[in-house]
Amino acid sequence: MLHLLWLVPLLPLLGFTTLVLLQRVLSRTATAIVGVGSVGLSCALALAIASNFLLAPPMGGAFTQTLWTWMQVGDFAPSISLRFDALSLVMMLVITVVGFFIHLYSAEFMAADRSYLRFFAYMNLFVASMLVLVLAGDLLFLFLGWEGVGLCSYLLIAFWHEDPHNCVCGRKAFIVTRIGDVGFLIALLLIFTELGSLDIHTLMQHASAQWPVGSPVAIATAVLLLAGALGKSAQVPLQTWLPEAMAGPTPVSALIHAATMVTAGMYLIARTHTLFELAPPVLLAVAIIGVLTLLISGFSALAQNDIKRILAYSTISQIGYMFLALGVGAWAAAIFHFLTHAFFKALLFLSAGVVIQALDEEHDIHRMGGLRTRLPAAFWSYLIGSASLAAVPLITAGFYSKDLIIASVWSSPLGGPWLWAGAVLGAFLTSVYIFRSVFIAFFGEPRTLVGQRPRARALIALTVLSIGALVIGFLEIPDIFGGGVHVLSEFLQQTLPRSAARPEPARVEWLLELVTVCISIAGIYLAYRLFLRRKPEAEALASTEDANLLRRFWGSGFGFDWVYYRVLVGPYEWFARVNRRDVLDVFYNTLAAISRMLYGMLRQTQTGNLRWYMGVLAAGGVVLVAIVVLT
Amino acid sequence: MTNTLPVLESLVLAAVLFALGLICVLVRRNIVFMLMGLEIMLNAAGLAFIAAGARWGSADGQVMFIFILTLAAAEVSVGLALILQMFQRFKTVDVDVLRRMEG
Repeated sequence: MLHLLWLVPLLPLLGFTTLVLLQRVLSRTATAIVGVGSVGLSCALALAIASNFLLAPPMGGAFTQTLWTWMQVGDFAPSISLRFDALSLVMMLVITVVGFFIHLYSAEFMAADRSYLRFFAYMNLFVASMLVLVLAGDLLFLFLGWEGVGLCSYLLIAFWHEDPHNCVCGRKAFIVTRIGDVGFLIALLLIFTELGSLDIHTLMQHASAQWPVGSPVAIATAVLLLAGALGKSAQVPLQTWLPEAMAGPTPVSALIHAATMVTAGMYLIARTHTLFELAPPVLLAVAIIGVLTLLISGFSALAQNDIKRILAYSTISQIGYMFLALGVGAWAAAIFHFLTHAFFKALLFLSAGVVIQALDEEHDIHRMGGLRTRLPAAFWSYLIGSASLAAVPLITAGFYSKDLIIASVWSSPLGGPWLWAGAVLGAFLTSVYIFRSVFIAFFGEPRTLVGQRPRARALIALTVLSIGALVIGFLEIPDIFGGGVHVLSEFLQQTLPRSAARPEPARVEWLLELVTVCISIAGIYLAYRLFLRRKPEAEALASTEDANLLRRFWGSGFGFDWVYYRVLVGPYEWFARVNRRDVLDVFYNTLAAISRMLYGMLRQTQTGNLRWYMGVLAAGGVVLVAIVVLT
Repeated sequence: MTNTLPVLESLVLAAVLFALGLICVLVRRNIVFMLMGLEIMLNAAGLAFIAAGARWGSADGQVMFIFILTLAAAEVSVGLALILQMFQRFKTVDVDVLRRMEG
């Protein structure tokens, strides 16, 4: 069964090629069948392979399949190889399962769109590239998938390209992530020159054998890989592209900019964890960036009015949690949060998509209101997603994963009280901002008419993801809740090292648990008081000059875009304007002008008068003879 | 063998003939006369070859003169054909009229 692994990324790729080649032939129904079916088949196959892997684990906990050698130049021989272990199994399952349900939802969501086929072609190509990314056994092959998902992200953000603004957003996403990718590419070259291999397994062994902990080359490699991860996962300082990426269709935001692609950076760090463990300062930087990101985007999400932008900032902040977990060495916690986040964030986006479509492309939460009774399906799924995101205790998946991260940050030797405090504050912000959107959009007075309601396919997707957003958390239950369950972390131990933890007395553990429980409830209660009850004192406070300034500052995402515009884009545009007539062209234009002048002078001699030519000829002869005679 | 051909005088005669031919080519506007001027110049060159050949007692000068005669015959045939063409097309033998072909 495992040897069929190559079919998992190939099936969506076949779907893509079928759609592209037969685009003039396929009807809309056929398009949906090919587009959704290819991912569905891939999903079924992935489930079969995963159960096979679990029932009969291969030797060493990993299965390697080398398909062929990509190219051979001297020692440089990257192979097209797949490596299947616990980490790639979890990633593959999330991508195919969540991807399938998002495809199913899109078949309905995009039904009225002119470019139905193009949408599914891009989506299938994306799923194929993403599967290559997580299954690749060779870093160069991984990079192929990495660039593939970047391309699809660009194409899908700018999907409605009739509006130039969408194209600008697509370009911004592409360019900002490209900045990180340059670092990744340099890291690849550095790894190859230093270790002589790009096969992930081999290079890890070489690295731990050759590089001492904290050696400069290990730090340089880790920093460069981190740059790639920051760009792809939209972490500070490269986070500015993700809110703009919401210009794409909502299923795209759900699949690419929430569930899968943006977590590729986290996957890269987890995949190359050996290199990061050799560079402790970089690991600390990962943790600090994680905390900074989750706080900055948490505050920014508080001041957004566009429902998709709220979710975008929340995605950035949740990936910040994953980075924090990676930074403190809680590898399994990061993967666990990725797993739950994929479900509840996809769910949030899809239910937001239902709302947006029902209200005729309305994104502003202040113009929604009272949707609780009028769009019950969207309300319940959005509520479940929000509860999971806000980590409502015991019943939601998000609680278990976020709790695991916060607990690991406290107990890990790499963590500490400061990082812990940041994470807890972030959890508080999360529940405030997400329930702000719930209370404003779904409660209160109705403000707009409700049009189209979701039908069967969208409802199936919402139901399945809702169930996932509730029950996935039971894979990991902390010890203090009666025994404890550690299915996922024990499974991931085959691939990722166990996170180190100081043993804490039970009293402290209970206290920490209580803090995380209370903080999320407190956040929801604050949101309830501020945005549903709307006390006059709160209104007065919110309308002061300082509050407005703060709201504008948070709303602009802490002014990162403004700074980047001033420091990078503005000067570049100024230079382009100044240098519109290329400086180098002056030289070449001078050459051209001189030859044109000489041509003008010589042209004067061509009079067409035969006797004049004769005379000049004779004069030339005389001059020649004179020269010969006189010298 | 006694030198029967005075070299200096013949070379002077050749130079004078050449100059006359050149002047004829430069001054006359009638293309037929220009062709005649060219013939005179060719013959002047031929005379210079003969004089030089006689001076060094070599047959090369006379061989060269036969070459020049052949060349002149060929040149005249081509030249006359062109002149006929020109006359048919422009109805004149004035070479300055051809200036309109400039460009």
